[in-house]
Amino acid sequence: MRSLIDLLMLFFKIGLFTFGGGYAMLPLLRDEVVIRRRFLSEEELLDLYSIGQCTPGIIAVNVATFIGYRQKGVWGAVFATLGMILPSLIIICLIAAVLSRYMHNRYVAYAFAGIRICVVALIADIVYGLWKKNVSGYQSVAIFVGALILLGVFNLSAVWIVVLAALFALGMGEIRRYKKK
Amino acid sequence: MIYLLLFYEFFKIGLFAIGGGLVTVPFLFDLSAKYGWFSAKELADMIAIAESTPGPLGVNMATYAGYNSAGLLGAVIATLGLVTPSVIVIILVAKLMNKYQCNSRVQTVLSGIRPAVLALILFAGLQIAKLSLADLLSGMVFAILLASIHFWKKSPIFYLCISAVLGIVLQL
Repeated sequence: MRSLIDLLMLFFKIGLFTFGGGYAMLPLLRDEVVIRRRFLSEEELLDLYSIGQCTPGIIAVNVATFIGYRQKGVWGAVFATLGMILPSLIIICLIAAVLSRYMHNRYVAYAFAGIRICVVALIADIVYGLWKKNVSGYQSVAIFVGALILLGVFNLSAVWIVVLAALFALGMGEIRRYKKK
Repeated sequence: MIYLLLFYEFFKIGLFAIGGGLVTVPFLFDLSAKYGWFSAKELADMIAIAESTPGPLGVNMATYAGYNSAGLLGAVIATLGLVTPSVIVIILVAKLMNKYQCNSRVQTVLSGIRPAVLALILFAGLQIAKLSLADLLSGMVFAILLASIHFWKKSPIFYLCISAVLGIVLQL
């Protein structure tokens, strides 16, 4: 029971400090579950994102559910998910009920402008760190650049990016296997 | 029975909205046209508030839409509806993963997807950068934050709090 509450508190904290979508929560998630608690490795965390991207539902919730399940089975999944959604429930209901006029306050807007810059910096640092570990060789550079072009120029949806990368890697793998024989 | 209907509609959104939180927006437009629980203008406000409050965007949207439709209980039920498909599907996928993780083809595919996910992460960062790095001052704050994050490894929460204060002090 204690570890279930721990999971709930962990994802409550992550939900509370996530501004934006699932990718914005990656720096904090990595700090907590890879560096501090060692629940999973950096590569496994990236794998979870690709699964979270391609399965139904919000990425942030999918990733939380997965980590919860890995740690403590079905109840772990439920508690991690509840932790993730509780900050939203509390804060959004408060705002909807009483605070909506403060959201247009100048100082609140300044604070969020600062936070957004910080989110960009956190993401930039993470991409740099993960690049060093996961991108080596022509194939992975090609996949990285190809994915960026498909995203930025062709506006392809993220789901398709992951599916295409998977097919490409599988195809290249089969070719290598065939050549070895 | 509005609660049952809320659960059903948000369960559907959770099941079909594949990807990030903003994917839920078109579904919510459909809901507003279908039931009139909230107007399109309210939806625009909801997006602004969901983006600038803690929590994943999609969850915030569901909570807000649920609250607008049927109060506190509506918020809880819409949010639970949204995440229920995730919990079910992810548990099934996790079970399969445990079984097939050692398969070498699965390993090949996963190592091919990682650089693509990295591109997705970078692209998400660039989208936020376009909105937030508008002038020299914000560029300088960014550079200082990035340097301190990289060389002086503190918790992200520390930097988020500092940058909120910086935002107010410097009127970013």
